[in-house]
Amino acid sequence: MKHLLSIAQLSQAEIEAILDRAESFAEVGRRDIKKVPTLRGRTVATLFYEASTRTSSSFELAAKRLSADLVSVKAAGSSVDKGESLKDTVATLSAYEPAVIVIRHPHAGAAQLVADWSDAAVVNAGDGKHEHPSQALLDVYTLRRQMGALEGKRIWIVGDVLHSRVARSNLIAFREMGAEITVCGPPALIPRGLEQLGCAVTHSLDDLGEADVVYALRLQRERMRESFVPSLREYATHFQIDGRRLGPRQLLMHPGPVNRGVELSAEVIDSPQSLIAEQVASGLVVRMAILYELLAAGDEGSAPASGDDASRPTPIGQPA
Amino acid sequence: MSETVVLAHDDLRRTLRRIAHEIAEKNPDPGSLAIVGIHTRGALLARRLHALLAELTGAELPIGDLDISFYRDDLGAKSPADQPVVHASHIDFDIAGQTVVLIDDVLYTGRTVRAAIDALFDYGRPQRVQLAVLCDRGHRELPIRPDYVGKNLPTSREQRVNVRLEELDGADEVTISAAVEVGA
Repeated sequence: MKHLLSIAQLSQAEIEAILDRAESFAEVGRRDIKKVPTLRGRTVATLFYEASTRTSSSFELAAKRLSADLVSVKAAGSSVDKGESLKDTVATLSAYEPAVIVIRHPHAGAAQLVADWSDAAVVNAGDGKHEHPSQALLDVYTLRRQMGALEGKRIWIVGDVLHSRVARSNLIAFREMGAEITVCGPPALIPRGLEQLGCAVTHSLDDLGEADVVYALRLQRERMRESFVPSLREYATHFQIDGRRLGPRQLLMHPGPVNRGVELSAEVIDSPQSLIAEQVASGLVVRMAILYELLAAGDEGSAPASGDDASRPTPIGQPA
Repeated sequence: MSETVVLAHDDLRRTLRRIAHEIAEKNPDPGSLAIVGIHTRGALLARRLHALLAELTGAELPIGDLDISFYRDDLGAKSPADQPVVHASHIDFDIAGQTVVLIDDVLYTGRTVRAAIDALFDYGRPQRVQLAVLCDRGHRELPIRPDYVGKNLPTSREQRVNVRLEELDGADEVTISAAVEVGA
């Protein structure tokens, strides 16, 4: 694995291998010294053009637990504020010769561009409405720990699917692992033709009881340039997962951050069925496994070391 | 493909019994003794030594196993297919103040043992670390010396030492295969 750009690039066996690796990193987390020297001397750069708590903190901690050196750049407060382009920013970071660049960006395909510009292994930590593969891996990991194999399990993905990269990546990953997926939300928030990805689509929570797992999505108000829902209250009336709708045997997941009282009621967030805290804990070990897979398990030695300079970004000058 | 048996079934078992006696002799207080095997075959040998030591001393010693993949100094140097399978380590007891006997099947360059000592220290600070190996084949690249040796095997670097254990390979034996097979 040279990059992790999309969950679709991974087979079931490759996903299993990463999750098995994550299990052994979970053991490292139970030691007195929760750190291993695996990536000593390597540099990991994180580049976040969008707000993030979980993804950025877990990638950063994962890099540190593996003894890598870490440079983290957030768009706000960096030269991006002064108008530096993505390409120039990547060229700047590349001067530190990072082994991995972790990037989140509001535009789909940004991670692929960075992969083309840089020699580093690139991890897509979310690109617009496109993909969020590390989230899908950690969610499969969380579910696998709770209920074993996903084969034949029924998972409902509920909410703002249209704006959700998590929905897309998770749909692909859950399907690859053999689960049966139903996507549910108001028609305006379900992309047309979604059935082609191999899932059922419904616009009502009436049959929610058949689900083994309910995966709620955040209503992404920051991506909505027009009104997709009449009002938050109306949305909540029809699509909120609350104690009435969630059965006692169903597991609840959410990628966070939660709009309390919109897609989830407070009682279910804090209920024992909620795996939200487990998802965050899984994020750390799964991201350690991703970094390990990219840097330690791969054949780094055969990667083009320098002869590839033609494809590197040429300096574009014009200091701000 | 020529293989010479250097330790047959009974020899291997006798050798382990002797190592167990030596461990018990050198560590008269079993209360502070612990056994840790290095994956994969070292962990199996550790289980056997643990049983033998229970017979000898009457004490149930703490036992654990270590996977050293995260501590290797050759990560990335191998192709993915050659990468070892990573097992989780299991050390569920406090090693602080203990005498820990590390167990491995073959001692060669010493790099695995170096990595195992590093890994062990992430669990706490043992009072003393000893090393028991079934075979010492020489060619050390680090200043590491075993405390207990089953058999010294003078080998060339081209030869291969194969340790087979019933739990994993269906037979108990140690063999040396001559040089690397070329094609045939």
